[in-house]
Amino acid sequence: MASKFINITLKIWRQKNSNAKGGIETYSLANVSTDSSFLEMLDQLNEQLINEQKEPVAFDHDCREGICGMCSLYINGRAHGPETGTTTCQLHMRSFTDGDTIYVEPWRSRAFPIVKDLVVDRSAFDRIQQAGGFVSVNTSGRTMDANAIPIPKHDADKAFEAAACIGCGACVATCKNGSAMLFVGAKVSQYALLPQGKVEAQDRVINMVRQMDEEGFGNCTNTGACEVECPKGISLENIARMNREFLSASLTADK
Amino acid sequence: MSNSVLFKSSIGKKVFMALTGLFLCTFLVGHLAGNLQLILKTGEEGRRAFNEYAYFMGHNLFIKILSYVTYAAILIHVIDGIALTIQNRKARPVRYAYSKPGSNSSSASRSMAILGTLILVFLATHMANFWWQMKVKEAVPLHTYKLEMDNPMMGAANAELYYTHVPGIQPIPKDGKNIIEKGTDLYIKGTNVKVAEGYRDLHTLVMDFFSKSKNDGALFAVLFYLISMIVLAYHLLHGFQSAFQSLGINHPKYTPLIKIIGTAFAVVVPFLFAIIPVIIYMNH
Repeated sequence: MASKFINITLKIWRQKNSNAKGGIETYSLANVSTDSSFLEMLDQLNEQLINEQKEPVAFDHDCREGICGMCSLYINGRAHGPETGTTTCQLHMRSFTDGDTIYVEPWRSRAFPIVKDLVVDRSAFDRIQQAGGFVSVNTSGRTMDANAIPIPKHDADKAFEAAACIGCGACVATCKNGSAMLFVGAKVSQYALLPQGKVEAQDRVINMVRQMDEEGFGNCTNTGACEVECPKGISLENIARMNREFLSASLTADK
Repeated sequence: MSNSVLFKSSIGKKVFMALTGLFLCTFLVGHLAGNLQLILKTGEEGRRAFNEYAYFMGHNLFIKILSYVTYAAILIHVIDGIALTIQNRKARPVRYAYSKPGSNSSSASRSMAILGTLILVFLATHMANFWWQMKVKEAVPLHTYKLEMDNPMMGAANAELYYTHVPGIQPIPKDGKNIIEKGTDLYIKGTNVKVAEGYRDLHTLVMDFFSKSKNDGALFAVLFYLISMIVLAYHLLHGFQSAFQSLGINHPKYTPLIKIIGTAFAVVVPFLFAIIPVIIYMNH
């Protein structure tokens, strides 16, 4: 396919720091290759801004191949833009047409404070993980080979699907309630399905849910928006599994 | 204490929302079964059946307990819903300048709070229209009927008689002379001799309320009830199947079935509720 060049108008959220008052700024960008990725387009904009002696737009990115969970951006009203099953770095400018106006906003959540422009602080996810998203392993040098533990294929597949979560926060960003339950559901499920995760199962779900609530995320009302916008296709089944695990843990745990 | 973990948590709030919501769905079925008697039977027979049913609902101990459980469920559902909405509003202090929620979720699922509020407004109006008249004001007259034939015992035709509990009892005329009413009880005037117990005529109150010949505001009332049932349908469309997900029931085999039953429930139950005032309005 021959590459085309398009001219676009960008409406981007600019905010100096977490305390400053932000606002939408409008930029015109000419000669954007439809072969370029969305992030390359932003690089092009930043080059233009630097040449004009202006402050470039800050945005998160790292691997640029859809695996690290670093890129974010709420593009034209959708988390990670208009395509499904992709992260922003996998979004290409061929998804847009000449003359388009594109809104670019940061993830909006009380638990994800803005650091600068489009960069948000997602360490709330790290703290949830630290509250229980791990398994204890024997480090005496006699660690059991994971392959020696029989696991049904079906369970292994489900655990793997849950583990595909890259923690990008699109679920929180797109949820009308700013709920993190798809993320926490995936992290709980990934271990709950495996024998290695059974040891801490009760503590894990109680502690991770408590941390999630303390971080100020909203509450799930099962709209299903997260499942649609998740770049890794994490299923709502994981939220149901977390609800089951939490219900039984909270009713039966000794503490 | 582990119970407090459940009560304090966000998932706990969802669980209570789901349990009370599903309980209120069973209430809807019971209420509908009673209401359908308004249109399934006609004339004096329908009037008797409905007023007997209303008496049973007001006096049976089990139903009484059930009604308090229902009030509690409504209260918990409302308070929990408000708590959830406040928590969810707080979770996004700055809103998006441009958002396209229609591309990833149903409008019903995003409007549960406003739909629920509208249902609560309907509930308050509905109870003021009927429950308040019946239970608090006790302003509903007793069920009486006209005897069309000449009866040697009763005298002239067209005597107005009470419809009373014990069948076969000598008809008691409502003439205001010998019999006086104390609540639903009928006493011989000047004594404390109770001769029978009558029924409150809730049937006539309902029929007149929606009757275009008896109530000038009947069209407005019918439209209000109709719109409220559409609102209820939307609330159930999301609420029914959402409750199962909140309780952790999501299964490749059962979830499609739950969604079908939930959709059918959300359409059929409000539809049957809604046709009752419409039929009364058209026929009376």
